[in-house]
Amino acid sequence: MHISEGYLSAAVLISGGGLAAAGTAIGLKRLDYDQIAQAGILASAFFVASLVHVPIGPANIHLILNGLLGLLLGWAAFPVILAALLLQAVFFQYGGITTLGVNTVIMAAPAVAVHYLCGPWIGRNGWRCMASAFAGGAGAIVLAAVVMAAALYFTDKQFFTVAATAVAIHVPIMVIEGVITLFCVGFLKKVKPELLPHNVVQPPQSREVV
Amino acid sequence: MIEELFADGRSAIHRTDPALRVAAATLFSFTAALIDHVGALLLAVVFAAGLALAARLPARPLGKRLAAAGGLLLLVWVVLPLTYDGQPLLTVGPLTASREGVRLCLVITLKTIAILTAFTALVATMHLATLGHTLHRLGVPAKLVQLLLLAYRYAFVIAHEYQRLLRAARMRNFRPTTNLHTYKTYAYLVGMLFVRASERARRVHLAMKCRGFNGRFHSLDSYQATVWNPLLGAAVVLVSIVLTAMHWWG
Repeated sequence: MHISEGYLSAAVLISGGGLAAAGTAIGLKRLDYDQIAQAGILASAFFVASLVHVPIGPANIHLILNGLLGLLLGWAAFPVILAALLLQAVFFQYGGITTLGVNTVIMAAPAVAVHYLCGPWIGRNGWRCMASAFAGGAGAIVLAAVVMAAALYFTDKQFFTVAATAVAIHVPIMVIEGVITLFCVGFLKKVKPELLPHNVVQPPQSREVV
Repeated sequence: MIEELFADGRSAIHRTDPALRVAAATLFSFTAALIDHVGALLLAVVFAAGLALAARLPARPLGKRLAAAGGLLLLVWVVLPLTYDGQPLLTVGPLTASREGVRLCLVITLKTIAILTAFTALVATMHLATLGHTLHRLGVPAKLVQLLLLAYRYAFVIAHEYQRLLRAARMRNFRPTTNLHTYKTYAYLVGMLFVRASERARRVHLAMKCRGFNGRFHSLDSYQATVWNPLLGAAVVLVSIVLTAMHWWG
């Protein structure tokens, strides 16, 4: 989900760039050099996940999974998403330099919000975990669509219909992302629970097998 | 799945200093994004096309990349003329297209083409490894650069891993359709991808430590001063000044 080059006004581009820089700075501060490899390779996994197309009726959509990334990484989602967007820009020319900041905010701000709003319930069992995982996956898309619509709306009030259409298009995507995040969190809880930071029941050293 | 289509080439642009190219692309992108004079934007498209020619970009892949940006543009062309207030240009039944709306669509389309073409010509013509080191030279924080370089290095590995998982699923007769089973399968595939990425990251981190990683990456790239460096720099600065002037006084 991103806005292409050429749409946004100076004010929106600059505020997007500023917010992205601030979020990235916080994210980088919380990553120390021992976690760089984790963050970098999760960025490639996030990038590859965005190439996964799932069918919906006769069409298909690609996954975004910024909600899942937020649950896994918290503030580190900012630099990770920024890196993944740079990969997309250089490999496929999806977006360019001026919109890099806005597009980072569109995906990473919801990821951080989901981390704090839905994350705490991920460690629970049963329906609470499932509901919060679904809400995290779906909510991150809703928020991203809203931020994207806001960027268009603040550029020009008359973009309203275009922005509303763009939000409407994301409704089925929201449901699918919610379902996939739900199953994915369930899978990770069984297979590698220490990946989910809210899920640490025992101290992680006792699970570490080197 | 992933390829760097434009990165290998022997054109003048490929041989220009990458730091200069990144700076030039940034200057030109922001100039083109912030003006809205149709004549100036036409000039920007012509200049970007000139850069694409100078970089000898293959036409067909470039066209495909531009077409990918066409989805949202199409939506804008359908919706914006009808909803934008202004002088009526064309009336069909109850629908009225406004002159201002059509003009705005034209401006957006020209900006998209100019910026994406220039970006492809200047930045997509280097490998991401080069871009990473260049960003470091330009003052981007080392941690972010390392994150980017690791993401680049392992994007191919993880993509390969995904294809292996998908092939294994297909062997077991997995056929994607619109049902819960499909979404569950994809969720598990992606989950497995994240698990393998994380385990690989742990091994990579240990390997980096074994090699004495202390927070610095070293680059062996070097670029000689060519006649193209000042030429490209001057051209981009000049065009940006002309575009800005046309915007203010045109």
